[in-house]
Formats: sequence, C-alpha cells, structure tokens
Amino acid sequence: MKLDCKHVWEHISEYIDKTVDAKLRAEIELHLEHCEICSAILDSTRNILVLTADDRTFELPVGYSERLHERLAKELESSGKDSEEE
Amino acid sequence: MDCARRKSEAGGAQKLDMRTADTNEAALIPRILAGEKELFHELIRPYERMVYLTLLSIVKNEADAEDGAQEAIINAYRHLISFRGEAKFSTWLTTIAINEGRKRLRKAKGAAEDSIEEKTEAHEGDYTPAPLTDWREIPLEALERKELREALRLAVAELPDIYRQVFTLRDMEELNIEETSQALGINTGAVKVRLHRARMMLQKRLVPYLKTTVPARRRFFGRAL
Repeated sequence: MKLDCKHVWEHISEYIDKTVDAKLRAEIELHLEHCEICSAILDSTRNILVLTADDRTFELPVGYSERLHERLAKELESSGKDSEEE
Repeated sequence: MDCARRKSEAGGAQKLDMRTADTNEAALIPRILAGEKELFHELIRPYERMVYLTLLSIVKNEADAEDGAQEAIINAYRHLISFRGEAKFSTWLTTIAINEGRKRLRKAKGAAEDSIEEKTEAHEGDYTPAPLTDWREIPLEALERKELREALRLAVAELPDIYRQVFTLRDMEELNIEETSQALGINTGAVKVRLHRARMMLQKRLVPYLKTTVPARRRFFGRAL
C-alpha cells in the first residue's frame, strides 16, 4: 500500500518511538525516501525532542538542590526526634 | 531509548546516576527503613530534577513547583514504608509528585472546581504538523540557539494541561508509555494520543525557529539517528 503524507503524519510519533509494526515502518520509510516534506517534519520533530531532552533547555532554579536537601535534612532530623520521644 | 533523545554531557551524567540508582535503590530502601535515614538524600538525588519538572508541568509556576517538589519528596520519605517495589521507584515518586501538584492546583482553583483531574480528548483540534516547504537543513548550531530553547520552554508551558503532562513525563523525564500511564492514571492509548498531539503542536509552533537559510548536509538529524 502506498501511504500519503497525512497517513505518515499520523504515525510520526510512533515511528520516532519505534512502536510501529514492521510493515508500516517499511511503508513509512519508502514514503520518506521520496517525500521531502515528510522528511522535514520528521527531522524537525526529532530535533525538538533532542532539544527537550537537553537539560539546558529546562533548567532547575539556581540553588534548588541545596534548598531541597536542607529542608530534607530538617525533616530527617525531626523524624528522628519523634521516634526517640516515642 | 530512542537515540534521537541525546542528552547534553551533564544530562548524560544524570542519566547514568539514575541507572546507578536503579540498581542501588533496592538496597538503599531497606537500610533507610531500618534507620539509616541519611541515605534518603542519596536515594532521592537522581530524581530531584524529575520531581521538579513534574510539579512544574502541573502548577506552571516555578516557586510553587519548587515548594511542591520539596513537599513531594518529604512525603515520599514519610511514606517510604508503603513502597512495595511493584512499580519502579521513579514511577512511584512521580505519582506522589503528580498528586502533590494536583492538590496544589485544587487549592489554587478553589474547592468548587472539581474538574481539573482529567480532561478527555473529546475536543477535536488540528494536530497536523506544519510542512516546512522551504526547509533546507537544520544545522547543529541552530539547536544551540538560546532563542530556540526559550521558544520551546514557552511552547511547552502553553500546551493544554493534559498534553503538557504527558509530554513532560515521556520526553523530558523519559518514562516509557507504561510508566507514564501508571503515573497519570490514564490508559496507554491516551498516553500515545496525547504524546503525538503534544509533539505535533510543538512542531507546528517551533517551525519558524527551525527553518534556516543555511544549506547544510541533507538530513543532518535525519533517519541516521
């Protein structure tokens, strides 16, 4: 079966995640061989995922880890006291 | 993991930490429960980022997300005894973070509003990607542009809630479909649909930033990945 562009778009996400079955995967790849538009959509979507997974894109607030462990230390300390009191 | 999701060096190191944690946490948890509570710092360290991003995806406010992340992690400590190891520790912790985020959202929106937990995909929308008709190639340098990162942060923040949450768990935190489904309490089919729609909405939104006039080697980030 020859896929049209719209059909390919519907499966782009699963194609990227490698969850399409072998037959559909082969059909998509055949389509991509000659379709610049779908290739560009695929590549641009992948680039977004590369960027998303890059820790520099979604940074933690400065000092987040220090504040977290400070608060946690207080919690651990007080939980210890509770058990001692018991 | 799809190799398209490559991390920066720092991110890679954190992933390594998480894998190490995967193997160590089974040993750490009984020790913490037996009284070596200081080890909880070590147990939680690989997941700090994940908890914060989960909260941020729900409450959409950095200060609230940080406070919520602290609460979630303290809750995890207090309830560690209830962790049975049936799910991965990361999934269990993500569920606690989601609950904390939803609790904060309910509080913020008032008790009268009770429909924030789950919306469905009932509304139809346009989830087709944007064709890049004058697309040439996307050089690596383009991905290094600060403005592109900012555009992506903004675009993710503006996704509808149900899509942003799935996208955060899958593509930022790299939970798999099953883990995402468990953490959010939705079925795997819904995870796939929401993820696809989120990605397509982001693609459409970011196309202007991804276009380039610089010709480069064809399919730089193409299927070779």
